[in-house]
Amino acid sequence: MKLTLRVWRQKNADAPGAMATYEVDGISQDMSFLEMLDTLNEKLIVEGDEPVAFDHDCREGICGACSLVINGDPHGPERTTTCQLHMRTFEDGDTIDIEPWRATAFPVIRDLVVDRSAFDRIIQSGGYVSAPTGSAPEAHATPVPKADADYAFEHAECIGCGACVAACPNGSAMLFTSAKINHLNVLPQGAPERESRVLDMVATMDEEGFGGCTLTGECATACPKGIPLPSIAAMNKEWLRAARRAGRR
Amino acid sequence: MALATRTDRRPSITRTFWGSTVGKKTVMAATGLVMIAYLAVHALGNAKIYFGAGDFNDYGHWLRVMGAPVLHREWGLWIARVVLSASVILHGVSAYQLSRRDIKARSTQYVHKRPRASYATRTMRWGGIILGLFIVWHILDLTTGTVHPGFQEGHPYQNVVDTFSTWYGNVIYIVAMLALGMHIRHGFWSAAQTLGVGNATRDRVLKTVANVLALLLTATFISVPVGVMTGVVS
Repeated sequence: MKLTLRVWRQKNADAPGAMATYEVDGISQDMSFLEMLDTLNEKLIVEGDEPVAFDHDCREGICGACSLVINGDPHGPERTTTCQLHMRTFEDGDTIDIEPWRATAFPVIRDLVVDRSAFDRIIQSGGYVSAPTGSAPEAHATPVPKADADYAFEHAECIGCGACVAACPNGSAMLFTSAKINHLNVLPQGAPERESRVLDMVATMDEEGFGGCTLTGECATACPKGIPLPSIAAMNKEWLRAARRAGRR
Repeated sequence: MALATRTDRRPSITRTFWGSTVGKKTVMAATGLVMIAYLAVHALGNAKIYFGAGDFNDYGHWLRVMGAPVLHREWGLWIARVVLSASVILHGVSAYQLSRRDIKARSTQYVHKRPRASYATRTMRWGGIILGLFIVWHILDLTTGTVHPGFQEGHPYQNVVDTFSTWYGNVIYIVAMLALGMHIRHGFWSAAQTLGVGNATRDRVLKTVANVLALLLTATFISVPVGVMTGVVS
């Protein structure tokens, strides 16, 4: 396959960026999208150019490191991560636009790499459970109903890649935050911090400069792990419950 | 254990709500529902126009004495006006502040553009501005008569027919009512999500209710100018 790539190039966080056009040849349709970019980078290095910087790690679709907006879609046209997107999705001779995640809370560090540490700070403010140290608790001491376990697992699938923020016209982190909150709030292990978790995580989300939710549904469409849109309504419900309780104290 | 020693200091409930994007959306959802409830009553009132000038004018006069003898003359009307004005202002201020924030949160746009979200969703902000301007015009036209040449105090039926006998009266009204339909279509469903009522099983029902509500209200309101134009109401 022969492709024309239009890639966002930006030297550092403060430098202005622009789209640069590259031609790549000899792309197999069995390559992943990241392998295709590796091929481009090998060519750039041979030619004495700077390779394109992009995030990647496990290349198995489970770590959430890869983050490319391909032809306007986070992670490209398939509902998967960029590393699991294969070149057979594209046609020979295609022109592909590759851009970084766009959100004020995710500043571009270089080329296609953005700083997603705002997500870490949301997690730090409540995305954990407090457990006493010591020997492991007896496994049957805390039963979890099957339906709750399934619900928690559905939301635990979030890999924190940030595709939801990239897809949202408001740069909102509601889907990510709701996945983390719903995952822990439904479980008995998460019950002690049920109220403080949702209030603190939503407050941190706002402080980090993410936008609000206008229910466009773009986030859930882009999510490679299929976190559903009603998760946001479930988080709103948790937030309203916690805000009422906090007001009563 | 860290858990037990932590003192939870939280701001007041008002600050919690007004200071949060989720809280501010709750304000928008609640005020939006108040306005939809009012519109449902308003649409029923409008339908009285099909029973003739006498019925419609009597209904108009009753609005001034509703709640009597508990409520003094026009008290009921003024209570409704205060509640509605508060709703419009809270809804508008929240929308303005949240929109400013949303635009700032996505300061750089993608080079590769593609249409995002449905038409009703994308037009919420402009639709809201159109509706805000319409409310001002509507009050100046049919309540105070400021922009209404030949306005007759105490004769609502004649004033309505008069307004919809002008081309601009019809255009302004019909455009605003179409914007209203779109606004309710996305707004009602969104309000349910914001208030935490929405879930996967209820989603279809909520979407249907939103669409039916939007369609019914828009159709009822638009039927009045169409009635005047076709001579059903004259």
